[in-house]
Amino acid sequence: MKTLIALPALLVFLALPAHADNYSVPKNAAFEEECTSCHMAFPPQMLHADSWRAMMNGLSKHFGTDASLDEKRRAAITDFLVANANGRKTGTTRDAAGNPLLRITETARFEKKHSEISAATFKRASIKSPANCTACHRQAAAGDYNERSINIPK
Amino acid sequence: MRRTLAIAALLFAASAQAETPRDFLTRFEKEAGAAASAERGARFFTSKQGGEWSCASCHTDKPTQAGRHAKTDKPITPLAPATNAERFTDAAKVDKWFRRNCNDTLNRICSAQEKADVMAWLLAQK
Repeated sequence: MKTLIALPALLVFLALPAHADNYSVPKNAAFEEECTSCHMAFPPQMLHADSWRAMMNGLSKHFGTDASLDEKRRAAITDFLVANANGRKTGTTRDAAGNPLLRITETARFEKKHSEISAATFKRASIKSPANCTACHRQAAAGDYNERSINIPK
Repeated sequence: MRRTLAIAALLFAASAQAETPRDFLTRFEKEAGAAASAERGARFFTSKQGGEWSCASCHTDKPTQAGRHAKTDKPITPLAPATNAERFTDAAKVDKWFRRNCNDTLNRICSAQEKADVMAWLLAQK
């Protein structure tokens, strides 16, 4: 009887990490066309809605480049990001001054998950920057950030 | 009434027709009021114009080949129409990317003459 209860509990436990690291990106044509012309599709779940709103209000100076859009598209993509924002453990994504964080790499969850990766590793030619998820998370484009899919290049 | 319909049909036909790369060269030359120079376009494209990057920083100095985004490293399909038939066929896209990329490389928008010169050079790449 005890094993009968323990088995489903064990299965649920085993399934949890996989679920937590699954950030499959919902389908959205405008988001895909506009955002992935320059970079991979960062999952909307990785930032709080306020962060996405702030990001989409500053596209003409988007991390040093002009990523401005016409108003119709800008509003549509903002709605999509806000509707899908905030994953299970992301929580608020604000800096010490209370401003919305714009970089996923500055969120508490990112820092906690990458605490054992040195700055030098992130700077390797094969990785370039912490924002280059696919360098190590080979299936990141499909939303798979699972431990098993990690392969850190030399 | 019939005339309105005819005009509407004409407008629709015009808007539904996709642009060709040559149409953009014609348009920019007309806006500039002067002929384009492919030679000037080559210099403009391959050297820095005030910003941190030149066009070639991402598109390479051989735009018949694929490039890479200077910051994110994401692959960029070739810019020259000779090796990429999708390029310069949609006015909204062409205007959007000239606006963004001119701001990034020149810290201002490009003049019609600069765009005409770049078009002439890109069209000459085989």
